[in-house]
Amino acid sequence: MSQLWIAVLGTSLIAFGLKYFGHSVPEKYLSNPRVLRINTLIPIALLSALVAVQTFGDKSKLVIDQRVVGMSVAVIALMLKAPFPVVVIGSAAASALTFHYLG
Amino acid sequence: MSTVNRTTAAASFSVSFTVGLYGIAFGAAGIAAGFSLIQTCALSLLTFSGASQFAVVGVLGAGGSAISGIATASLLGIRNALYGMRMAPLLKIRGWKRLVGAQVTIDESTGVALGQSELGEPAMRQGFWLTGIGVYIFWNLFTIVGALGAQAMGDPAAWGLDAAVPAAFLGLVWPRLTNNRERALAVAAMALSFGLTPFVAAGIPIISTALLAVAFGWKARS
Repeated sequence: MSQLWIAVLGTSLIAFGLKYFGHSVPEKYLSNPRVLRINTLIPIALLSALVAVQTFGDKSKLVIDQRVVGMSVAVIALMLKAPFPVVVIGSAAASALTFHYLG
Repeated sequence: MSTVNRTTAAASFSVSFTVGLYGIAFGAAGIAAGFSLIQTCALSLLTFSGASQFAVVGVLGAGGSAISGIATASLLGIRNALYGMRMAPLLKIRGWKRLVGAQVTIDESTGVALGQSELGEPAMRQGFWLTGIGVYIFWNLFTIVGALGAQAMGDPAAWGLDAAVPAAFLGLVWPRLTNNRERALAVAAMALSFGLTPFVAAGIPIISTALLAVAFGWKARS
């Protein structure tokens, strides 16, 4: 099986397992304050790392290209409290324009 | 189902449709990362958890292994277990209903259910089911739209898709940064993933930041 299918099915299996587990265990087991605190922080760490790697990463190198322009637009849009689709489309448009005119 | 509360139904629909629209971004991200149309749609049908789906295509798209993709996505899915625990005493479901209820236990269905608490438990249950199933339908429909659109486009960079994916991650993390500890963690996670990228296999720089989350969350705020 290809790596991609393994990733698709493995992710799905564990995702469902976690959801079902939650519905099946008594609440007291995961309501420890430390567990709850760390659980709130894990998405922040992983998503921030994904932002960094996807903006500047090119295999095992760090590069600066049109994506930086797109991300700058995304940051400005978020600071102006723009809705999610505006952030994503604005970022894509800025990156695409940079790719065509400076690339 | 007993009579549906109009306020709850309206909240459920607007959340379902708005969140479902993000499925376009996911569908496009899946194709841009090299996943096939079927694989991209399978993630929305089977995984059905936005951040986890973006993470797995993000990690594999950056050249990471299946294992690091699965691990990163699964860490992001832990919160759904916590939502399940919160919803179980409210829903009181068994058998096949519990299977369906578990699959649609996500940020939005839990959020809308909790948001109906002033209207009573029946409204909370309606909010959970209407939002969970509503997001499921729209998310999958818009995934197909995004994936087909991206396939028609060709080179992802020419259309800015290479920036749209990290912008989507940024849009997901931004509302979570509510205090200084969270902002410091975000900066530290970016720094660690930068620092590791040249030296370790793709995917590792991302998942290793989970250790930072443990370190930052170990002690209660002083």
